[in-house]
Amino acid sequence: PVPCMPPGAGQDVGRSCILVSIAGKNVMLDCGMHMGYNDDRRFPDFSYITQNGRLTDFLDCVIISHFHLDHCGALPYFSEMVGYDGPIYMTHPTKAICPILLEDYRKITVDKKGEINFFTSQMIKDCMKKVVAVHLHQTVQVDEELEIKAYYAGHVLGAAMFQIKVGCESVVYTGDYNMTPDRHLGAAWIDKCRPDLLITESTYATTIRDSKRCRERDFLKKVHETVERGGKVLIPVFALGRAQELCILLETFWERMNLKAPIYFSTGLTEKANHYYKLFITWTNQKIRKTFVQRNMFEFKHIKAFDRAFADNPGPMVVFATPGMLHAGQSLQIFKKWAGNEKNMVIMPGYCVQGTVGHKILSGQRKLEMEGRQILEVKMQVEYMSFSAHADAKGIMQLIRQAEPRNVLLVHGEAKKMEFLKQKIEQEFHVSCFMPANGETTTIFTNPSIPVDISLGLLKRETALGLLPDVLKPQLMHGTLMMKDNSFRLLSPEQALKELGLAEHQLRFTCRVHIQDPRKEHETVLRVYNHLKGQDYSVQHLPDGSITVESILIQATAHSEDQGTKVLLVSWTYQDEELGSYLTSLLKKGLPPSSS
Amino acid sequence: MAAHLKKRVYEEFTKVVQQQHEDLSSKKLRLTKPSKSAALHVDLCKATSPADALQYLLQFARKPVEVESVEGVVRILLEHYYKENDASVRLKIASLLGLLSKTAGFSPDCIMDDAINTLQNEKSHQVLAQLLDTLLVIGTKLTDNPAVRMRLVDVACKHLTDSSHGVRNKCLQLIGCLGPVEKGVAKDVESQAAKDVQKIIGDHFNDQDPRVRTAAIKAMLQLHERGLKLQQAIYSQACKLLADDYEQVRSAAVQLIWVLSQLYPESIVPIPSSNEEIRLVDDAFGKICHMVSDGSWVVRVQAAKLLGSMQQVSSHFLEQTLDKKLMSDLRRKRTAHERAKELYSSGEFSSGRKWGDDAPKEEVDTGAVNLIESGACGAFVHGLEDEMYEVRIAAVEALCMLAQSSPSFAEKCLDFLVDMFNDEIEEVRLQSIHTMRKISHNITLREDQLDTVLAVLEDSSRDIREALHELLCCTNVSTKEGIHLALVELLKNLTKYPTDRESIWKCLKFLGSRHPTLVLPLVPELLSTHPFFDTPEPDMDDPAYIAVLVLIFNAAKSCPTMPALFSDHTFRHYAYLRDSLSHLVPPLRLPGRKLVSSPVSPNITPHEDPSQQFLHQSLERVYNLQHLDSQGIQELLEFTIRDLQRLGELQSELAGMADFTATYLQCQLLLIKALQEKLWNVAAPLYLKQNALASAAAKQILEETYKMEFMYSGVESSQVVIIHHMRLQAKALQLIVTARTTRGVEPLFGMCEKFLQEVDSFQRCFISELPHMQGSFVDKLLDLMPRLVTSKPSEVVKILQTTLRQSTFLHLPLPEQLHRATANIIEPTGESDNPLRFTSGLVVALDVDATLEHVQDPQGTVKVQVLYPDGQAQIIHPKPADFRNPGPGRHRLITQVYLSHTAWTEPCQIEVRLLLAYNSNRSKASAKMPKSTWSENLEALPQSENGIEGTIPFSKPVKVYIMPKPARR
Repeated sequence: PVPCMPPGAGQDVGRSCILVSIAGKNVMLDCGMHMGYNDDRRFPDFSYITQNGRLTDFLDCVIISHFHLDHCGALPYFSEMVGYDGPIYMTHPTKAICPILLEDYRKITVDKKGEINFFTSQMIKDCMKKVVAVHLHQTVQVDEELEIKAYYAGHVLGAAMFQIKVGCESVVYTGDYNMTPDRHLGAAWIDKCRPDLLITESTYATTIRDSKRCRERDFLKKVHETVERGGKVLIPVFALGRAQELCILLETFWERMNLKAPIYFSTGLTEKANHYYKLFITWTNQKIRKTFVQRNMFEFKHIKAFDRAFADNPGPMVVFATPGMLHAGQSLQIFKKWAGNEKNMVIMPGYCVQGTVGHKILSGQRKLEMEGRQILEVKMQVEYMSFSAHADAKGIMQLIRQAEPRNVLLVHGEAKKMEFLKQKIEQEFHVSCFMPANGETTTIFTNPSIPVDISLGLLKRETALGLLPDVLKPQLMHGTLMMKDNSFRLLSPEQALKELGLAEHQLRFTCRVHIQDPRKEHETVLRVYNHLKGQDYSVQHLPDGSITVESILIQATAHSEDQGTKVLLVSWTYQDEELGSYLTSLLKKGLPPSSS
Repeated sequence: MAAHLKKRVYEEFTKVVQQQHEDLSSKKLRLTKPSKSAALHVDLCKATSPADALQYLLQFARKPVEVESVEGVVRILLEHYYKENDASVRLKIASLLGLLSKTAGFSPDCIMDDAINTLQNEKSHQVLAQLLDTLLVIGTKLTDNPAVRMRLVDVACKHLTDSSHGVRNKCLQLIGCLGPVEKGVAKDVESQAAKDVQKIIGDHFNDQDPRVRTAAIKAMLQLHERGLKLQQAIYSQACKLLADDYEQVRSAAVQLIWVLSQLYPESIVPIPSSNEEIRLVDDAFGKICHMVSDGSWVVRVQAAKLLGSMQQVSSHFLEQTLDKKLMSDLRRKRTAHERAKELYSSGEFSSGRKWGDDAPKEEVDTGAVNLIESGACGAFVHGLEDEMYEVRIAAVEALCMLAQSSPSFAEKCLDFLVDMFNDEIEEVRLQSIHTMRKISHNITLREDQLDTVLAVLEDSSRDIREALHELLCCTNVSTKEGIHLALVELLKNLTKYPTDRESIWKCLKFLGSRHPTLVLPLVPELLSTHPFFDTPEPDMDDPAYIAVLVLIFNAAKSCPTMPALFSDHTFRHYAYLRDSLSHLVPPLRLPGRKLVSSPVSPNITPHEDPSQQFLHQSLERVYNLQHLDSQGIQELLEFTIRDLQRLGELQSELAGMADFTATYLQCQLLLIKALQEKLWNVAAPLYLKQNALASAAAKQILEETYKMEFMYSGVESSQVVIIHHMRLQAKALQLIVTARTTRGVEPLFGMCEKFLQEVDSFQRCFISELPHMQGSFVDKLLDLMPRLVTSKPSEVVKILQTTLRQSTFLHLPLPEQLHRATANIIEPTGESDNPLRFTSGLVVALDVDATLEHVQDPQGTVKVQVLYPDGQAQIIHPKPADFRNPGPGRHRLITQVYLSHTAWTEPCQIEVRLLLAYNSNRSKASAKMPKSTWSENLEALPQSENGIEGTIPFSKPVKVYIMPKPARR
């Protein structure tokens, strides 16, 4: 049985955190924060896990799937403030980028919002020291029984799916993944590992998306048209992830079309992050991997660092600026400057939370009230362009088909949408599907196969008797099952006896058959011999007056009282039970009248 | 240092033609020693350890063994095999047996029994597998012996139960290659094993080892390839294999399913879990479509490729492949394609600017949504979005093939193809543009689609742009706005990339002639004429203005009302362009102006072109002559040649034929002149002048015959024989001249012999043509052959001289189509006055861009020659990838030539030209001989000894100004 409990991310998006217990090993998958809350609810409730004991004693390891804060944001709090000293596993790019984001997050919360009792920079550093980095497809032995393996997941640089395996029970956790490749990352891939449980995200459980080509083409066309008109394009983005995809998209387009208008990227976080994108080329898609020898695609030719002063430059330009929802910072400043000109354009590449400027302009508001009662009239064009890197319903189904799990568990999504997907999964794959709420424990019953070692000698002997071993057909074999020190072995009886130091006992059945035969004993024996000779066994008449049929011994003696009755003694070992009982019944029917 | 560098550069960038064949042949001669087997025997006996023996065997394997001694060697190897205890040595011996039985000319049936015997006692699985491999080699050499094959198949069947996958693998391979294909044969043979090969192989579809499963499927495919009709029962088995854990099994299974779907397209199969039934080809199509989203990209490529060739699939299934139901929060959403189409049909241009423009509308019935369709749903949508470009290319190719056979599908897949124009990989973009061109006869572009297509015109890759121009040449546009849009974008392209000039003009020419009615309303706007005011006359040299005019004039050709809209200067410009760019501007029937080119007289039937008639008439006149000695006839020949050459210049479609015959007549004329009796009777000291004339003539004739043979495409064997005959005559002439100039008899012996050999090989090659050559030189020569062989060289020369003079003139029959290979170097233009400067000893890359027409196998034959002013010549072999094939008979060479030289004091011009390489061995004559491997070739073809390799320059040389500067020390 595999009990599984999400302290976060159960029927919810944000603060991903799932506890899995598999064959006695406890693993925590992801340790995220929730964007929507600023109080205690922003971190998963770790008191669920152990009522009072230490986390380190309870958890065998922690696995982080990728660097988004809703998957790793609570990590320093968890390891340093709650207290966990065990190993934390993540991929190399995640390990590199994660601390940058955590530091950024800390700065905003502590320095800007002035919160106290938050983790410190030192805590982030200490936390990262506990991290063990893994490579793709590398099997890492956490301890003697627990092993984990990372698969490529797309989504963002370094995102991975993890297979957790103890003995022959296994769980796959997908984290966030993307089944369609984009301009800088490939598609998620997993082999047919047939896990007992697949824990998958389900953000887009009820969506089937259009081809990304249309989106890309639309985006490029809009940017191109505006630039040709001499307008300026503002693209508010978050520092990591989509920003790089859009950069690559624009960079290659500029290259292809020989365009000259400058593209700027607001500096800071992004520059650092771009550095890591340059380094982890192996994690990107086919095109970038193949061409990086000539030129690393992340060494942008057309994209330069942005400076405040450039915003007032005349002529066309494209600017990527943070943050993505136009609620503060540089992107908002530039927006204010450019909003008045109808030649300009702002492209929102993602979702905007209610209350932000981004949301307002997207819902068609043309007059915005800014701080200080200023009214800003928006004349520039506003475009919306969704570039999301989660798998859609089809993609989720495709992954399930690839991995062929026995059970599926949905997390990281809305309950209503999950319900639909759950129904579909059960209907089409005939596997059971679960969707626990936060704090609810689901136990999955597995049917583990138990490996048994067989001695080579025995195997060879048995296969020599029968046909070749066949996966599909069960086969009968004689042997002794030994259970010793937590291991199972199948041995030949002799070897088992030897190993256990036991003497061999033989079990023999004997049976007396009375036959009316007035003749002498040896003649009776001869008659019996002639009678049995007809069968297709090796029948031998031994000099001492007994008969052997294979290993069965038959002796004849005269009855002590009645000389006319001969007693046939039939004796066989229990291995030859079948033949022995057959012979007895044959003899009981009596001998045929002898011709001689 | 510089010189050293230069040498290195040459070594790297010029390929040396290696004469490897001769090397090998000489080695081969040395090997013909009978002691081969004995030596091996001694070696093997000497070997003290298995490692030693292995070394000997390895050394032995490096050298070939001649046919006669193979059997002996095999015996010795077998003898040693039985004695050997070490498995690795036995393995090597087994593999050597296979290698030896491959020897050409050796019939391996004598060693088959031994090989089978060795199988019986062998314990090592590896050796067993190798032995089976050897048997396979033996079996494939003896395919025409059914009994042997049957026996081998029996042996293989026996070993199918082996526990090693390698052995089972080989057994299946052997059964696949040798199993009986004809039903009838199998019945007479008693062996039960060979009865049903398909069943035996089919049983191994469920083997526990994936490699054996793969081998089983491959064996099945092999049987199919050899002509056995596979049973339909295999289909269900193969379908199960599609879900195999191993990619190679799945990949092979996809192939098998495809084969079966082609064999039994119309039979009916049930759909599991329902009572319905569908056609097998549809079912197979659905299954293969499913594999397009397989986990392994190898399988995906395989599946996507095969989809293209399933043309019998019903259209309902076919159209599903492009279908993907979109949904958002459980509500049905329209795809961007559908939205674009709707916007277009509602008359509004795509805005796409409102948020929520794509907002989902209707609710979706949750029960009805099928997330993983069993059928073909969205296969191409997935394939075209795949991560690996190999899959995407395969999908585009498949789309192309399917669309070519189904117009309705072509219409549907258009949106997707257009989307592929923005792929990140250039190859994919190019492929999809080509695909679009191929299906363009089936489709009409909507305006919004045209818009996307035209956006690609700004691509910086020249290949893409040119492919797009080609595409535009043959697309149908539906509206006049479309035409206008296309013109505007093309002009934009022209200003951005002025080098595309020619290609854009050509594109506009076709665009105009295809859509005259759409161009008509645009004319005033395009020419910026005004009903009342005179507008300024545009600049005649402006490429953009020429482009507009090309479009208009071509449209005007089939739209007689158009010229009325032209202003005066347009007519003047027409006259100018008709002369300067006659290939782009068609003849127009303009008011007040005679149509220039076709003075059609009524008595000539339209298909009987007057110029063609002229050609035939003048040739007939010449061919009526029997003997060509008189002065008048020579003059007639000269005039005919001149006429033909002129005709070729005027009529481009007859150029090939006219040039070809003119060359032939020229050769004939040269021959006659050289043989004029008067000159030959001059006393010995005055030979000099005559000799020079005759030997020059002979040389020229030889050159011309090579040109005739290799520079024209469409030359048939009836022409080849005449060309060769002419060459033979030239060689005879050469012999005569040498005989008269050299003193002493010895050198003549060799020459005469060589000549006679040539006559002999001529006879062998063209034996079927000889009856047509009555009274010709070779005919007479063959009559005299017995005499020639026995007589002295001086007599031979005399005979030759008389026969040459008496022989009749052979008619050159003309083939249907004859084209002369031509090349035109577009770049470098040779106009630049700025020398290309570079440091001496280093290299400079010169871009060469040329069009080739009617060149067969340009990859093998076209070379670039660079001539330096010091007379040094360098020949460069372009890479095969440098040749593009834009259309039938046309090729384009875009390559880089690396130049280097020592320092010069001042800039100087080098010449770049293209050469056509030929090799008389590979001529059309010897191609008719049965194909043989090179080893046999050496004995069989004596003519290969005098095979001449040479080159024909076939483009105008272009001068490039270069200046190697001395290196700074």
